Amino acid sequence: MTSETEQDWAALLLRVRDDADKGAFALLFRHFAPRIKAFLRKSGANEPLAEECAQEVMATIWHKAHMFDPKRASVATWVFTIARNRRIDALRKSRRPEPEELPWGPEPEPDQADAMVLQQESRRLGEALAQLPEKQRSLIERAYFGDLSHSEIAAETGLPLGTIKSRIRLALERLRHQMS
Amino acid sequence: MTIRHHLSDSLLMAYSAGQLPEAFSLVVATHVSLCDDCRARLLSFDAIGGALIEDAGQARMAEDSFEATMARITGLPQAQPVRAPRIPGSVFPAPLRDYVGGDLSTVKWRSVGMGVRQAILKTDQGATARLLHIPAGQAVPDHGHRGMELTLVLQGAFRDTEDRFGPGDVEIATEELEHTPVAEQGADCICLAATDAPLRFNRLIPRIAQPFLRI
Repeated sequence: MTSETEQDWAALLLRVRDDADKGAFALLFRHFAPRIKAFLRKSGANEPLAEECAQEVMATIWHKAHMFDPKRASVATWVFTIARNRRIDALRKSRRPEPEELPWGPEPEPDQADAMVLQQESRRLGEALAQLPEKQRSLIERAYFGDLSHSEIAAETGLPLGTIKSRIRLALERLRHQMS
Repeated sequence: MTIRHHLSDSLLMAYSAGQLPEAFSLVVATHVSLCDDCRARLLSFDAIGGALIEDAGQARMAEDSFEATMARITGLPQAQPVRAPRIPGSVFPAPLRDYVGGDLSTVKWRSVGMGVRQAILKTDQGATARLLHIPAGQAVPDHGHRGMELTLVLQGAFRDTEDRFGPGDVEIATEELEHTPVAEQGADCICLAATDAPLRFNRLIPRIAQPFLRI
């Protein structure tokens, strides 16, 4: 995927948020719904449950579009968090306490550069993931698709997480600065 | 608040992947609420999830899937209630307040002896979460663990053979660690602790008390 398309996902999501734009939502649906469903199937959901949950996740994306912040996550990352929470609900019948919300939110122009860098870092992370040796990649997939218990999860990913982390850290520091 | 003891990468990854028992998730969510560094690390683990979903392949959607989704959208309430932001001066971050039903003053403590009080929080069965109130200067009975124990300090501080743990610090204790945490002089120590197996006390009396403590 190119950075332009990832930027487009964010732009489409903002059109859903601002204008309740069904056309923009249809494009997001065509890209993400089959991936969400594949993620749920790989996590152990049967066909009808995966279909139902994928629809629910897409509906949540519509309703929570106002909470998406391109400075802290790519659209794919944000979609993942919603799909994961739905999976915990539906498959594990459990709750996942969430951290306190920070007053993030789309802001005027100056922060657009931050958002773009973060989207680029996310794309690089995807490329690095694709290039991992099969064995290592499979361990990460099993952790995220729910095949490993928490005590089996080792965080040695071999992925360059440092840059994306420092980007987010920087955005957090600015936010704290604005709040004080 | 200067936090010196952070969550491990494997805990953050397991939380991001949605694989932690609820009690551990509560400790992670509470610590992340206090610690921007762990929040940034957590969000980078979420980004791995994003990369994986982008790459998870595509499953065929049902014929009427889009229309069915639009019907769900009109059927759902529009506004999502947003949790109240941090109340200045509160001891508990929002995720913990959700479980307690309020701040420190609303906790229903039960005495477990030697001045120590606890309150078990309701979570699913994989692990147990409890709040501990340890009077200043008091020791918690010497104990080992069969599994993992996470202890997050919310107020005051304690010391054990490992180090000093102050507000926001989290201690990750494994099976090997047998420790006697002692609350520092000054303020009483309030901790949130999660264990995935019953604790093992090393002295007779606490061991007898164990079924009553439910720890």
